[in-house]
Amino acid sequence: MSKRKIATLLLSVFLMMFAAGCKKKPVAAAPPPPPPPPKETPVAPPPKAPTVAQFSAEPSSIERGQAATLRWSVNDATAVTIDPLGTVQNSGSRQVFPSNTTTYRLTATGAGGNASASATVNVTVPPPPPAPPPPPKTTLTEMLERNVGDALFDYDSSDLREDARNTLTRNSDSLKAILREFPSATIVVEGHCDERGSAEYNLGLGDRRATAAKEFLTQLGVPADKLRTISYGKERQTCTEQSEACYQKNRRAHFAPGQ
Amino acid sequence: MTKKLLLLTCAIAGLGLMIRAQDVVLKIVGGEKPSIAVADFRGAGAAAPLMNVFNQTLFADIEDSGLFKMAAKSMYPLQVPQQPSDFQPLAAQTPTRKAPWLTDWSSPPVSAKYLAFGYAASQNDQIVLSGWLFDVQQADVTGAQLIGKRYFGPVSEAGARKVAHEFAADIIAKFGGESMLGSHIYFVSDRTGNKEIWSMEPDGSNQKRLTFYNSITTMPSVSPDGTKLAFTTFAKGNPGIFILSLETGRQLLFVNPKASLNATASFTPDGKSVLFGSSADGRYTNIYMANTDGGNLQRISRSLKIELEPKVNPKTGNEVAFVSGRSGPQQIWKMNIDGTSAEMLTTGEGDASNPAWHPNGEIIAFSWTRGFSPGNFNIFLMDVASRRVDQLTHGAGKNENPNWAPDGRHLVFASNRKGSMQIFTMLADGTHVQQLTTQGRNEMPIWGK
Repeated sequence: MSKRKIATLLLSVFLMMFAAGCKKKPVAAAPPPPPPPPKETPVAPPPKAPTVAQFSAEPSSIERGQAATLRWSVNDATAVTIDPLGTVQNSGSRQVFPSNTTTYRLTATGAGGNASASATVNVTVPPPPPAPPPPPKTTLTEMLERNVGDALFDYDSSDLREDARNTLTRNSDSLKAILREFPSATIVVEGHCDERGSAEYNLGLGDRRATAAKEFLTQLGVPADKLRTISYGKERQTCTEQSEACYQKNRRAHFAPGQ
Repeated sequence: MTKKLLLLTCAIAGLGLMIRAQDVVLKIVGGEKPSIAVADFRGAGAAAPLMNVFNQTLFADIEDSGLFKMAAKSMYPLQVPQQPSDFQPLAAQTPTRKAPWLTDWSSPPVSAKYLAFGYAASQNDQIVLSGWLFDVQQADVTGAQLIGKRYFGPVSEAGARKVAHEFAADIIAKFGGESMLGSHIYFVSDRTGNKEIWSMEPDGSNQKRLTFYNSITTMPSVSPDGTKLAFTTFAKGNPGIFILSLETGRQLLFVNPKASLNATASFTPDGKSVLFGSSADGRYTNIYMANTDGGNLQRISRSLKIELEPKVNPKTGNEVAFVSGRSGPQQIWKMNIDGTSAEMLTTGEGDASNPAWHPNGEIIAFSWTRGFSPGNFNIFLMDVASRRVDQLTHGAGKNENPNWAPDGRHLVFASNRKGSMQIFTMLADGTHVQQLTTQGRNEMPIWGK
């Protein structure tokens, strides 16, 4: 069959369908008149069936002995029951302590019908009780804050003053004790500067301060591979007032836990 | 008699000092400047509401070029030409119907040598700006025209600024100036809560964030061709150098030397290498050089003092200006790129930092606390050969990180003169100060292509 014949055939089929469609079309009727306006009291709407807006168990999985919270909220109900809890308010929450996996069923009854929903709390049997907790242990951060002080420096200097050497000597004992308690820990020696030198130069100066503090501690027997140095220059000020007291607080080698 | 002579000597010496005090500046911004009048352009149709933006932008660009003396606007004649045919020779005018003529602008009180004028219309959703520059001291209109050109842009405030910038660039180019059009300022901003590198146009528009490390990312430097950005970031813990492609926004490979500190990178004039400060020897931060991927690492300076902020002379490619504590407090030094012939450029007073070579390779801008208490930096210029120094800012807060515009006549810098640290530009004689940033704290600007 030639393309033209196919086209003719298709066209005639289409035209037939079109004509048939035309025939079936009813004569357009005049639009119906608008409904009359409602008179006086409108008829009360039929009562709505109750709907369960929320029924959840949070968390949905607990260990035996732990609590889960059921939360529910039902609209248009006259009575709500939760099996196995019994009758409850239309909305509320309750803590439950199921000892086994439990499915809670909520049934709401209302003038317009009934509705129901369910929520399940999965209960797992806990692992055997852990060994009695160790005596409360201070964290590495706390120990550093408590026992390892900042070594302070003069302006534009990384020389260890006498007070800085005394601080670092005390720090060396504390650090050795801390490293015995946290054998896998690394301590970061941070070098900081006050805000007055240029930001660029202060990076170099902070690096010098951290290195000077580390070298001193190493000489006192703190293992070098446990101390990592970093310079923050003047990027992390601990005090932002423009006074010598504040500048002095910022010119420091500070000790922080490493990763 | 002796007293008089002494007074006279003092006066002459004083005068000499005054002249001397400005000669580094003079070398850059020149002396006598021609007077120019910039008429307010009018616009037709959709262009009309944009003319305020256009006129302000055009005037500001021409004024900020520092190439001209701006004729006082209040003295302009009432008859403002919009196109060359508006000019009518005085002989052809009747006393009642007065048209513009060249002498309205060239004679007092305007006394301009040049006049920029024109008009704008909208056509096919475009703003069409017709701009002319006339030498109004010529005898007739035919000899007066220096520029007569059309500029096209979208019908928007951005479009009005675009055509104004382009017309201003043509005027500035006529007088040997390089327009800042198309150049970028890179800077550090903490407006997101962390220091990141941002970029903007030289007028402060189009501020865009370029880095996303949520760390401390700072000390940017741009390659001479404007395609690479180097900076220092704490993103991986210790401060290290990262290089970003400005074309793709992607991070490029740069292998940092093993060190607690690698920072303050800058590019060599050929763009093939970077110089930076590194504590790779485990003790003192000194100057190192490497390829832009970190390969071929070489140590350049060897001292038991802190040394960083190396900047290679863009003209010779051989001298390195840097900051060193060799004499005690941080000062500006200079050495050959092989580390030889190190000498201090500043006097040893105060703290000095942030050297930035002028494109001519003869002058550096830098910040210095000389004459002020520690931390109170001001911007200075130094003619390196003669060591003569001019001070551009005078105690208005901290003024740091001066960096040259491609035109060699403007500087961008950071200052806390208004409270928090912000980015400003100025003409290299200290005038025409413009604040570019307001959000968060902004610092360490670099002017690149």
